[in-house]
Amino acid sequence: MKIIMSKNYFQVIRAGINTTFQDEGRKNLYHVGIPFSGAMDKRNYLLSNKLVGNKINSPSLEFAYQGPLLKYFGNKINIAITGDVNFKIKKKDITIDGNCYQSLNLENGDEVDILSTNKSVYGYLAIGGQIDLKYQWSSCSTNTKAIIGANDGKKFENEQVINISKLNNYLVEKKLNYLNTKIENIRIIKGTNFDYFSDKGKKIFLEKEFIVSKLTDRMGMRLEGPKIENIIDTNIKSEGLIKGVIQVPADGNPIVMLSDHGTIGGYPKIGVVISADYDKLVQLSPGSKIKFKQVDLSSAENLFKLYDLETQNLISQIE
Amino acid sequence: MIKNILNLGDAALYCDFGKEVNRETNTQVIRYFKSIQRENITSINNLSPSYNKLIISFDLKKTNFKDLKKIIENLNITNEDDLKNKQIEVPVCCDENFALDIVRLEKKLNLKREKIYENFFSKEFFCYMTGFIAGMPFLGDLSENMRAKRLETPRVKVPKGSVALTEQFANIYTFESPGGWNVIGNSPLRIFDNSKETNPNLINPGDIVLFKEISKKQYENYNE
Repeated sequence: MKIIMSKNYFQVIRAGINTTFQDEGRKNLYHVGIPFSGAMDKRNYLLSNKLVGNKINSPSLEFAYQGPLLKYFGNKINIAITGDVNFKIKKKDITIDGNCYQSLNLENGDEVDILSTNKSVYGYLAIGGQIDLKYQWSSCSTNTKAIIGANDGKKFENEQVINISKLNNYLVEKKLNYLNTKIENIRIIKGTNFDYFSDKGKKIFLEKEFIVSKLTDRMGMRLEGPKIENIIDTNIKSEGLIKGVIQVPADGNPIVMLSDHGTIGGYPKIGVVISADYDKLVQLSPGSKIKFKQVDLSSAENLFKLYDLETQNLISQIE
Repeated sequence: MIKNILNLGDAALYCDFGKEVNRETNTQVIRYFKSIQRENITSINNLSPSYNKLIISFDLKKTNFKDLKKIIENLNITNEDDLKNKQIEVPVCCDENFALDIVRLEKKLNLKREKIYENFFSKEFFCYMTGFIAGMPFLGDLSENMRAKRLETPRVKVPKGSVALTEQFANIYTFESPGGWNVIGNSPLRIFDNSKETNPNLINPGDIVLFKEISKKQYENYNE
């Protein structure tokens, strides 16, 4: 692969486990078979951009568990990391522990070492400027399964570069006081096949604890726990899916559809995670406990309004 | 016509067109899909037409279930010439190296492979929907004697281009992907082209598909 470097760029020394470019995702392509994609934890993604003075829907780097180690070459640049992330900034003669929700300036030769996300999954690194990326269907979000989006549809690889075509003039270091709260209770609305399950199965789904399994990625989250018994049919006629849908296949273990989900599925839908809880859901790492709590549609709508208001509040605190 | 509109979560309409999977019901679904697409309703994020359902997902910041349901119920649904079906010929090579499940199918269907291929290649297929993975067409209907279930254990990797059968349907794997359908051949034709911004799918709901057998040599020399 020929590497073309611009004047200002990051060298990827270590790619990390699953580092991709993400923005708000792409719309109106489900019927083609292309999912929404986009940043998994939308609030943290938006905050990262705001902290570096970018347009709020600019692409940023999303990483999972262990993030990348990046070395910067070029003129002074502003970056910010959001989420619950353990990272270090290595300057010429000093290494500093990084703080999330606090933008900082990097100089030529500085390194950002994203060691891990703490008891969570995703973190975001926003770069103050314009990253040189290819847009596909008005989004640069990388979907590694369909091989579309920025970075030729692939996750980061060692030794690649991130070219910055334009730096923001704005280099003020900003800070936001924010702590990600963890929740074990994920609120859901009953799914369209809720009655495919036995009374006991329904009770298990709404009252028992499940564990997030290792088979969890940007496409879906598989849960383990007591089996949910189906009394009608373990298959339905294949139909559309949306993110947050909880399907229960024949083995009785629920699977939650996440942002890169297949667009069609044929397993009964027992529930759907409410929009207000999606950001928290995706941050549950393998081994975490999860409990579902049923709410009705109007409560879900009100909870979303609150969630959105809180997000807007946080954004407006960064000025 | 839509029989019933339910909410799927807090940000999607689940439109039910009836229990049966047939062309008539599916044509209704596609008509709604195309009519809604034409309306360019900005609060709608996605439309997912399938055999007998249409899922409309929306931006909860811009609208809600009740308001959008009203809009959809009062839409003018056209049944004009927009459903003029395109006819597409798809070349398939049935070399042993491609036909991963032909032996299994011979047993399951109790038919000789010659007969299976004869049935398959003489059929005119209708595209009900596309999806699961980008561009994958769900084509029907296979005759009763050609219907087999999915593999007991799905493959982790089905090769790109695989042409496969299950129940009354045939499909084409547009990417290497996990999957449990019975693979009977492989097509060199590019079904999904992500360089096309407007319509990356060669086959779309409502289209007619005819499969045509090609030799291994023709497959290797196939230039799109």
